[in-house]
Amino acid sequence: MPEINVTPLGAGQDVGRSCILVSIGGKNIMLDCGMHMGYNDDRRFPDFSYITQNGRLTDFLDCVIISHFHLDHCGALPYMSEMVGYDGPIYMTHPTKAICPILLEDFRKITVDKKGETNFFTSQMIKDCMKKVVPLNLHQTVQVDDELEIKAYYAGHVLGAAMVHIKVGSESVVYTGDYNMTPDRHLGAAWIDKCRPDILISESTYATTIRDSKRCRERDFLKKVHESIERGGKVLIPVFALGRAQELCILLETFWERMNLKAPIYFSTGLTEKANHYYKLFITWTNQKIRKTFVQRNMFEFKHIKAFDRSYADNPGPMVVFATPGMLHAGQSLQIFKKWAGNEKNMVIMPGYCVQGTIGHKILNGQRKLEMEGRATLDVKLQVEYMSFSAHADAKGIMQLIRMAEPRNMLLVHGEAVKMEFLKGKIEQEFSIDCYMPANGETATITTNPSVPVDISLSLLKREMALGGSLPDPKKPRTMHGTLIMKENSLKLVSSEQALKELGLNEHQLRFTCRVQLQDPHSDPDTLHRIYTHLKSVLKGYTIQHLPDGTVMVESIVIKVSSSAEDSNAKVLLLSWSYQDEDLGSFLSTLLKKGLPSGLC
Amino acid sequence: MKLYCLSGHPTLPCNVLKFKSTTIMLDCGLDTTSVLNFLPLPLVHSPRLSKLPGWVSKDGTINLEKELKDCAGRVFVDSQPEFCLPERELLDLSTIDVILISNYHCMMALPYITEHTGFTGTVYATEPTLQIGRLLMEEVVNFMERVPKAQSATCWKNKEIQRMLPGPLKDAVDVWTWKRCYSMQEVNSALSKVQLVGYSQKVELFGAVQVSPLSSGYSLGSSNWIIQSHHEKVSYVSGSSLLTTHPQPMDQSSLKNSDVLILTGLTQMPTANPDGMLGEFCSNLAMTIRAGGNVLVPCYSSGVIYDLLECLYQFIESASLGTTPFYFISPVANSSLEFSQIFAEWLCHNKQTKVYLPEPPFPHAELIQTNKLKHYPSIHGDFSSEFRQPCVVFTGHPSLRFGDVVHFMELWGKSSLNTIIFTEPDFSYLDALAPYQPLAMKCVYCPIDTRLNFHQVSKLLKEVQPLHVVCPEQYTQPPLTQSHRSDLMLELQPPPMPYRRCSVLNLPFRRRYERVYILPELANSLVPSEIKPGVSVATVSAVVHSKDNKHTLQSVPKPPPVAPSKKRKRVMDEPPVVMTPKPLLSGAVPLEAFLATLQKHGITEVKVEETADGHILHLQAEDTLIQLEEDGTHIVCDNNEPLRTTLRDLVLRFLQKL
Repeated sequence: MPEINVTPLGAGQDVGRSCILVSIGGKNIMLDCGMHMGYNDDRRFPDFSYITQNGRLTDFLDCVIISHFHLDHCGALPYMSEMVGYDGPIYMTHPTKAICPILLEDFRKITVDKKGETNFFTSQMIKDCMKKVVPLNLHQTVQVDDELEIKAYYAGHVLGAAMVHIKVGSESVVYTGDYNMTPDRHLGAAWIDKCRPDILISESTYATTIRDSKRCRERDFLKKVHESIERGGKVLIPVFALGRAQELCILLETFWERMNLKAPIYFSTGLTEKANHYYKLFITWTNQKIRKTFVQRNMFEFKHIKAFDRSYADNPGPMVVFATPGMLHAGQSLQIFKKWAGNEKNMVIMPGYCVQGTIGHKILNGQRKLEMEGRATLDVKLQVEYMSFSAHADAKGIMQLIRMAEPRNMLLVHGEAVKMEFLKGKIEQEFSIDCYMPANGETATITTNPSVPVDISLSLLKREMALGGSLPDPKKPRTMHGTLIMKENSLKLVSSEQALKELGLNEHQLRFTCRVQLQDPHSDPDTLHRIYTHLKSVLKGYTIQHLPDGTVMVESIVIKVSSSAEDSNAKVLLLSWSYQDEDLGSFLSTLLKKGLPSGLC
Repeated sequence: MKLYCLSGHPTLPCNVLKFKSTTIMLDCGLDTTSVLNFLPLPLVHSPRLSKLPGWVSKDGTINLEKELKDCAGRVFVDSQPEFCLPERELLDLSTIDVILISNYHCMMALPYITEHTGFTGTVYATEPTLQIGRLLMEEVVNFMERVPKAQSATCWKNKEIQRMLPGPLKDAVDVWTWKRCYSMQEVNSALSKVQLVGYSQKVELFGAVQVSPLSSGYSLGSSNWIIQSHHEKVSYVSGSSLLTTHPQPMDQSSLKNSDVLILTGLTQMPTANPDGMLGEFCSNLAMTIRAGGNVLVPCYSSGVIYDLLECLYQFIESASLGTTPFYFISPVANSSLEFSQIFAEWLCHNKQTKVYLPEPPFPHAELIQTNKLKHYPSIHGDFSSEFRQPCVVFTGHPSLRFGDVVHFMELWGKSSLNTIIFTEPDFSYLDALAPYQPLAMKCVYCPIDTRLNFHQVSKLLKEVQPLHVVCPEQYTQPPLTQSHRSDLMLELQPPPMPYRRCSVLNLPFRRRYERVYILPELANSLVPSEIKPGVSVATVSAVVHSKDNKHTLQSVPKPPPVAPSKKRKRVMDEPPVVMTPKPLLSGAVPLEAFLATLQKHGITEVKVEETADGHILHLQAEDTLIQLEEDGTHIVCDNNEPLRTTLRDLVLRFLQKL
């Protein structure tokens, strides 16, 4: 039985360093190649030694697919391709291909330049890695090789995020990456057709949550910002350059416009400004509304949001500042935070998840005294707010996707074990399909039962269809008989006659002749007619003919009558049939041996 | 399989393919050359055009002075310009299942096909094709509706009258199918039927046929189409280009192994080299500007104009035209320029790399930013106050019959300082200029047609090796004006099958196989036996299930259990119900081996007699004859059913079953 194996190297019952190995139909595919934000040691990257102990990965992988540009999905890519060694194709969508190297370079700078780590990938390695990338378009079927094909679907979540359908022969797997089933301010909802994969590998970040409506959270966010501005405070929103930042900008921009607010909104320069350009150029990846109106008004050209200069932080009066990075662990956001932390009128809003060890994490946990470099401490007096804007599908969304794709099996990754367990139960109950949740390094094996594609000769198929009539009758299934010829890799189903011809074989006729003695006091032609009448009454649904040349034919069985020279009542019936009529011939000879019933005329 | 040809225009095709159980329309081209027979629609009142004399036949018997006007020595129809529609009588348009669009120039007849015809199918197109196609339709509708003309001329179309008219009106064909432009409402309704597809996306139609668009390299989102089932493949090639301009390069290899290749949309200017034309365009433009004249470029709002602007971007500084204003006037100018920048996936590699930086892929963004290029929805409004001369104006429509271009013809036509440069190849420039004669303005003809030329197409066909080629009849002979140029036609072996408007072609197809799927349970129950090295056979008895044009084979369900014992006695008397017919046999029964087998089964008294074709075995104890021949075995056995069946099985041991 063919089987599909799925082994997470990362994201197995965990969030972070997504990396899932799939082997299907003899092909090995790596889905995502991410890093873990919570670790600074070896555990930061997936354990590629699982694939091979020594040497490069090229021989062991047919392709690598990256679902989107978040570092927990692509952060280990240059390490994998350039330091461990992989030269095969890496697939990602155009926006991911554009943005991913920028985030990788950013990540490298923080790790190497700021933290002083060595033995890390270099800028050149990022460039070399990106040269191996083959861009994917939505819904395009990409033939990785003769057997393996992949197809990308829109996933929402972030710009360029994709789900991917992987197919070998009639077996298939869908990997969702991170996705979002409800459209937001700038992106559309994930969509997939009824592709009925053998396995659907889904993220499960919000496995147990049914989230309140996005509108509520948005209103909440705007209210908090507005209140702070009204009392003359400054609002700091630490963000990552791409993704949530744009969504929140659109939100504030429209709010400012509607409320006619005058307080300045700033965006920390550099990466973020560039990021808006990406959104403008990849506008086809955003939601319907933005796409429709972009000629009149490009939503990513902000009127109220201006570039930030570090001197502005000391300006008096209220303001809102978006600054990177998102977890307050370094850079501009941290600098501004230090300046503003002492004033209780100010506010910091954390719009996303913060990894342990970062200042973001500490203040979210209520820490009010922070130790800074040197021996200085920082008193945190400003208001700290957390607001989840990350775009993952919630439990409802995951169920919705299962309904869309109709998978035969389900496999959960990218979530916490306890929550997965809960969702697994729900899925198995509602859809009656098996649900797997392997831990890292653990393999889930799923046996598939593919049907075998065969080429049938049209004449055979049509003959069969003609016999059965145009509409299939459920009570009387149409049976078809033919010969399957297996030659090299081709499977052809043809009629037996055609098979003989195609294989250059002669037909061997096997015939039987049988003489039956019978007492019947009639003339030979009369006896024959009596036999005819008898058979007519016994054999319903068979073709029986009384031919003028003195024979009776039942289908293709020939019956003749002669009488012996001595006794004209002692008849000899000659039955002759071919092997193809064996059952009927055998039946007839037995039947006629019993003699003819008396009541026949 | 049949092909219905609804358009006679080789670059604006409209064909319908009946393939398996599907009816597929390939493109929906609108032949707009018919508008050349109409008077221009001026945006501003034109004393010249309003005072033209009406036409009356020489003998005075036919008076059509309201409908026809004499202008510059030619007769024109004075009515809203009309287009020549694809044939609508050849087949019932409501039976069309899908329409495949190859590029935005080839969809302009869509509203005529999808609206008011009972059409209920789906239209497939790429996103750029849809968006830019919408802009081009919107533009034409806008041009027409801006200058409403109450009158609709129909009398001249009367066969008897048309015969009496002077040329070229006299020779116009299918004039009764000519129709006025559609409305924006019809455009929106037609385009709402479009389903977007990406290159190499496989779209299943009713489970019977798979269609897939391939990059054709001609314009943004332009595609050729593959229409195939498991065993048959039709390639539809329409408007393809091998030149490196802005679109993604043409996908040639996917066209391989076609049974039939339908070839349309070759270059209309087989003798004009696009690069040379581009050079000429630039030098003529610079010359006119330097001499203080204005340059008018009648063009479509999308397509080659992007390349012209890119070329000018590089040329402006070196030709010191830095201060010359460039104007692009069209109701969709802004949209066209904006849309061009957001289709990174559909662009050539160089332009894609720019987006990664991130920079706009087309340099006209910079021309706009630096105010060198300005765009306006029409000559009215801001343009009239900001307009400076000498300047360069890009505007439509290239037929010179409607749109803002008509105004510039009236404005600039009288001065020999000005130049009109034709770049679009769709209209004969002399015919386009006819109602404006006499003209003092200089005319330069630099048609830029990047579509395949005959040299490129024969190389392509050699490469992809289709079994049969179908093409418009125009491609099977040299152009009328250059009848000696045998290189300007398709020469193929076997010769291409030509079509013309209203042709119905039987495509040379012999479908012999169909794909079925054997379900696992049945597959596991099959017993293959090796017939020759590497070739195995298995007999299959199965139930065929056909659903959505997909066939699956399942095991034959077991007959219900035999009825209760009361009837047991009669079982023997029941005639056999033939569920599985016996297989055919093949091979031969070798005498020696067979005799040995008989012996093993206790049959020892065998008399062998040689005959012409084999042997006769006389089983003396059993009084049974077996006739062994090369291609047959005959068992004559009376009154001994057990023996007969034993012999049968012994013979079968030596034979292969199929």
